[in-house]
Amino acid sequence: MVQATLSREAAPSPASNVDTTVETFRFMLLARVLDEKMANLYRAGKIHGGVFLGRGQEALSASLGVSLRKGDVFAPLVRDTAGRLAFGEPILDCVRTYLGSVLGPMRGRDGNVHRGRPSAGILPMISHLGAMISVVNGALFAKRAAGVQDAVGATCLGDGGMSTGAFHEALNQAAVERLPLVLVVANNQYAYSTPNRHQFACTSLLDRARGYGVAGQAVDGTDLTACLNALRSAVVAARAGQGPQLVVASLLRLCGHGEHDDASYITPEIKKSAVGRDCIAVAEAQLLQADLATRPALAGLRAECVAAVEQAVATVQREPAPDPFAEQWQALSAAHLLDTTQES
Amino acid sequence: MSITYLEAIREAQARALAEDPRVFIYGEDVGQFGGAFKATKNLAAEFPGRVKDAPISEDAIVGFAVGAAIEGMRPIVEMQFADFSTVAINQIVNQAGTLFWRTQTPCPIVVRMPCGGTSGSGPFHSQNMEAIYSHYPGLVVVTPATVEDAYSMLIEAVALNDPVIFCEHKLLYYHLKAEKLPTEALPIGKARIAREGRDMTIVTYSAMIHEALAAADELEPEGWRVEVVDLRSVKPLDTDTVMASVARTGRLLCVGESWPWGGVTAEVIARVTSEGFALLDAPPQRLNSKDTPVPYHPSLWAAHRPTGHSIAAAARRVLRQ
Repeated sequence: MVQATLSREAAPSPASNVDTTVETFRFMLLARVLDEKMANLYRAGKIHGGVFLGRGQEALSASLGVSLRKGDVFAPLVRDTAGRLAFGEPILDCVRTYLGSVLGPMRGRDGNVHRGRPSAGILPMISHLGAMISVVNGALFAKRAAGVQDAVGATCLGDGGMSTGAFHEALNQAAVERLPLVLVVANNQYAYSTPNRHQFACTSLLDRARGYGVAGQAVDGTDLTACLNALRSAVVAARAGQGPQLVVASLLRLCGHGEHDDASYITPEIKKSAVGRDCIAVAEAQLLQADLATRPALAGLRAECVAAVEQAVATVQREPAPDPFAEQWQALSAAHLLDTTQES
Repeated sequence: MSITYLEAIREAQARALAEDPRVFIYGEDVGQFGGAFKATKNLAAEFPGRVKDAPISEDAIVGFAVGAAIEGMRPIVEMQFADFSTVAINQIVNQAGTLFWRTQTPCPIVVRMPCGGTSGSGPFHSQNMEAIYSHYPGLVVVTPATVEDAYSMLIEAVALNDPVIFCEHKLLYYHLKAEKLPTEALPIGKARIAREGRDMTIVTYSAMIHEALAAADELEPEGWRVEVVDLRSVKPLDTDTVMASVARTGRLLCVGESWPWGGVTAEVIARVTSEGFALLDAPPQRLNSKDTPVPYHPSLWAAHRPTGHSIAAAARRVLRQ
């Protein structure tokens, strides 16, 4: 089954950089196709709420996902479809959450990118930026307390999220506890509509690594090979006990903040600059040049991804929506402690 | 031998640490120093590695606890002062409070909040946060008024699979004493009749219980027998016990140390009037603190919050109607 071959569970462990590069590209492409399908469904009025794409960030996100392994903790952010898939999140989880299927992990209680499976190590993001970092820290502390020495926790942020107090508190906390945290920042030049120059005044966001006493590296987020090298080395270093690792990638969001946003504020100059390259096109060129793929093979891969996504959407479109009358309106696990009034 | 409210909180934590390896304590100065109020005195030495000093980062402290809880641990967070929990409110209400409903993953954390006014503490070391946290879904909010409840409710809070906001009143820390720790207790969610009466009901919680009991003493020579209901937990609110009391007395005064707009006293009166209007012989009344920040000077502070005398005065107005 196509879907199985694209999931992390079934993927062979990377025997070499060659295999990893091709495998990572598959997740990038699958994410791009899946995101585009969600955008199409949004435009067709089939999705409640927003749709948020990872367009332009797939190389970075997928490189992180393939660098992690089962037993690690991953708290993805808004534009991490690729990283989620690479970490093992089924396509169905994404589609079910966007379409509000009661069979999805969030069962219609939360939507779009706010999905996860804590028991599988995927923590569901809340909307407040920076808030997941300390949660990953706590999960890593618990693993260490339980005697698990080699688990890594990764989470993602943007240039805007780095302005939150939660980010500063949590990165400092991870440094103090010397936790195996990998914090991946996609500097995509805009936080919604706000350009970098209104977001921070330091020369480089990477300066903040030194400020907190953690390792940091910069990477060209449009370059798959560079991203894979950076993320693999960061995860290896964290796993080896070298403390938190900050990776700051330069790239451009090749879409609006969400599909409701035409992104007219993104200037033509920045689109034409080096950060404006499409990482999928860059990766394809790299694969062809290194003789890791042929054009027909790439076309075949895309067709495979389209088929997998279409199959998932067709499945979910037949699934039931949540039923408000059957819903358990219960925010506590302890049913006897629910507060009841006459109105409830 | 006697034990204070504060010592009971320390003993409850010591017992939780001893009985359950999943429990740990995390907060500012809780380690070797033993906490700003010494609620974790000697625990770091008794339980190495399980009583952790945190950086001054309330948001990250609670986020850390949530992450550890997801992995199966049972963290107890000490907010140095309840007032500082406003810095952590995002993690409390949006992370801890939503986790179970969103994912069916339990979030067994306890956030201890040293709350309430003490003389000379001022606007930022005196606040009562129970109404704020009760407003949000997904949290249990308890407000122990006695040494016994401080102990037994903390033990129970650690055992629950849901986030518990544990509002411990600083004014009770040193002065409130019991002969010994309890061996049995009412569960969280049940209110208690702190004093029986027949003429009116005063519903309150936390340190105001003791002010209400003083008011009841003051009114007794005047011939009034006042019933005092200790809510114990404000969420869930034990409406049944409140209604049963009002059914006996026909008159209701709700007292709280927090600010008047909304809050626990408003909630109790809303429930009694909407569900038990016919039980009332007089309009129910509320008495809260004044609607200003908590003042520093003792003479202002004493007038800012309800006291035995002001509660007795409010009670007389209810009784005369």
